[in-house]
Amino acid sequence: MIEIKNVSKWYADFHVLDDCSTFVGKGDVVVICGPSGSGKSTLIKCVNGLEPFQKGEITVDGTSVGQKGVNLNALRSRIGMVFQNFELFPHMTVLQNIALGQTKVLGRTEPEAHDRSMLLLDRVGLVDQADKHPAQLSGGQQQRVAIARALAMDPIAMLFDEPTSALDPEMINEVLDVMVELAKEGMTMMVVTHEMGFARKVADKVIFMDEGRIVEEANTKEFFEKPRSERAQEFLSKILSH
Amino acid sequence: MNYNWNWGVLLDDPYLMWMYTGFGWTCLVAICAWVIAFTLGSIIGVMRTLDNGIARGIGTVYVEIFRNIPLLVQMFLWYFVFPELLPKDWGHFVKRGIPLPEFWTAVVCLGTYTAARVAEQVRSGIGAIRNDQRNAAIAIGLTSVQVYRYVLLPVGFRIIIPPLTSDFLGVFKNSSLGLTIGVLELTAQSRQITEYTFQGFEAFTVATVLYCLVTFTVMTLMQKIEGRTRIPGMLSLGAK
Amino acid sequence: MFKDFDWAVIGRALPFLVDGMGMTLQLTVIAIFGGICFGTLLALLRISPFRPISFVAGSYVNFFRSMPLILVIFWFYFLVPQIIGRPIGGFYSVLIAFVMFEAAYYCEIIRAGIQSVTRGQIMAGTAIGLSYIQAMRYIVLPQAFRNMIPVLLTQSIIMFQDTSLVYVVGLRDFLTSADLIATRDNRLVELYSTIAVVYFILCLLGSLAVRRLQRKYTI
Repeated sequence: MIEIKNVSKWYADFHVLDDCSTFVGKGDVVVICGPSGSGKSTLIKCVNGLEPFQKGEITVDGTSVGQKGVNLNALRSRIGMVFQNFELFPHMTVLQNIALGQTKVLGRTEPEAHDRSMLLLDRVGLVDQADKHPAQLSGGQQQRVAIARALAMDPIAMLFDEPTSALDPEMINEVLDVMVELAKEGMTMMVVTHEMGFARKVADKVIFMDEGRIVEEANTKEFFEKPRSERAQEFLSKILSH
Repeated sequence: MNYNWNWGVLLDDPYLMWMYTGFGWTCLVAICAWVIAFTLGSIIGVMRTLDNGIARGIGTVYVEIFRNIPLLVQMFLWYFVFPELLPKDWGHFVKRGIPLPEFWTAVVCLGTYTAARVAEQVRSGIGAIRNDQRNAAIAIGLTSVQVYRYVLLPVGFRIIIPPLTSDFLGVFKNSSLGLTIGVLELTAQSRQITEYTFQGFEAFTVATVLYCLVTFTVMTLMQKIEGRTRIPGMLSLGAK
Repeated sequence: MFKDFDWAVIGRALPFLVDGMGMTLQLTVIAIFGGICFGTLLALLRISPFRPISFVAGSYVNFFRSMPLILVIFWFYFLVPQIIGRPIGGFYSVLIAFVMFEAAYYCEIIRAGIQSVTRGQIMAGTAIGLSYIQAMRYIVLPQAFRNMIPVLLTQSIIMFQDTSLVYVVGLRDFLTSADLIATRDNRLVELYSTIAVVYFILCLLGSLAVRRLQRKYTI
């Protein structure tokens, strides 16, 4: 479904992505991990064209992302994205946040969008917060709204950019629970995260990145039991030592 | 200090009327100029935040030109120089054809000058919004225009209400420069009364009080607006 | 289109224009110096914990900030000779007007600069035994001035432009000198566009320098 072929990206002289290739099949859950600055976030932002890249090709469901003339907006509306800092629109209520893309991009009517939004809010357990503004919610609640906002577009795949790293520890699980459920329902997901528990539980595949390169790509079980590369071993021992 | 205060003189005909019309012109110039400044400034400010290099370049050049020439010199350029650079018929039209050429010159001059300031505020307002906010809007498939219309502008403008207020008051104060090309606004009228009656302090005092009153009113009004547009649960916007 | 214009007039007017620029620069420099000194004093009064003092300073600032500079110039031009009972010439009354007026703006910049230094810094200063005034003098002000140098310089460029307003009382600065020749020789286009270019270049260089300085300080 998502194919990344030999993608390279530079910021001026700095090589952010170095010849990255991978494949995510329909219904797969792929976790991308690695030290900060390794290019994980940049890689998944390339998938929906938020970050341009200079070399290589990315195709999503048969559509090439980098190519000129491709309707990126139409493609983006079919790929949900969840950000590190939630990025709900602060001046809109929770409901308006979820309805915006439905009415402006998908062309649903207000009542249609409203019903769908309420359904999704119910699913993430926040029906009673529908008329609040983002700043009145906790971080965990905001991130769940952000997931609902992405789901409202009926995406064929979801991208998560460190969805729990801005959260207080006690709120991480409420967000992960929603994600686990999504994964079990067969959603195609690419998740940048350090939550190795989550990876163990639901990921089909783990990608380890360092210095812009995909250093290791392995089945989840294999990755945790006997990582091949030294850097992945080192990384795992550091974050799993507590 | 030997000065014979004579407040009564201001009530004499035609001085009261002078002050009254002067204040009227001040308000009219300021409001018309602000319409230009706000519209043009918003457009140029947005242009400066676009990815398109040409749009950004045009915006930058505009801002640098209008910010780096004294307003009074700009006033003279619009009034004396601009008509001469146009083809003859047009120049003639600008000088004689339109009614109230001084008024419109002052309005255009102040409007285009203040637009450069407004543009800078708009740019910094949008710039204060985290990049991922923009990404989030793009990621749900909004077009660039929609991203600005529904996300960046509503948030950006809320952030810059206080500096925009002071730019608006700036237009009010700067409208006094209209007197150099013959717009009979508040300051011009009070100077004229000085010359006719030698009771300058009274006229200047009234003008001063009126300017302070305008400032006070606008400030109060804008604080109300700021309060009304404040986003629930948020202490301050624009934090990175 | 330009064939009707006589640019040689600029050459003939040059000595006069240079004198005018001298006056402009003199006004600018003195007013900046006076404005910053008085502005710092106002800022210190404004953040004073003693309410009546901060109220008076605050009122002063708000008052001058709601007035057009031209009106302030007129006030002092007519008022100062009345107060001291004899004419002192346009230059000094205008200078006083500028210092009084610009101090209000400098005050706000300096106040913001001082308040940008965290309260913890004063506490840390008093914790090692400095008095409030010593903490201000040795800890807060040096940091504050560093933070506000770009803004102070930008305000000074604006102030340089503002001096052209002395035109309304006929003081012979750069603009007024040009204006005198422009009307005498009926060469408005040539002179006004020339001084516009000169002002533009000077101010642009100034603001580019400020930006460079800013970059140097933030890195």
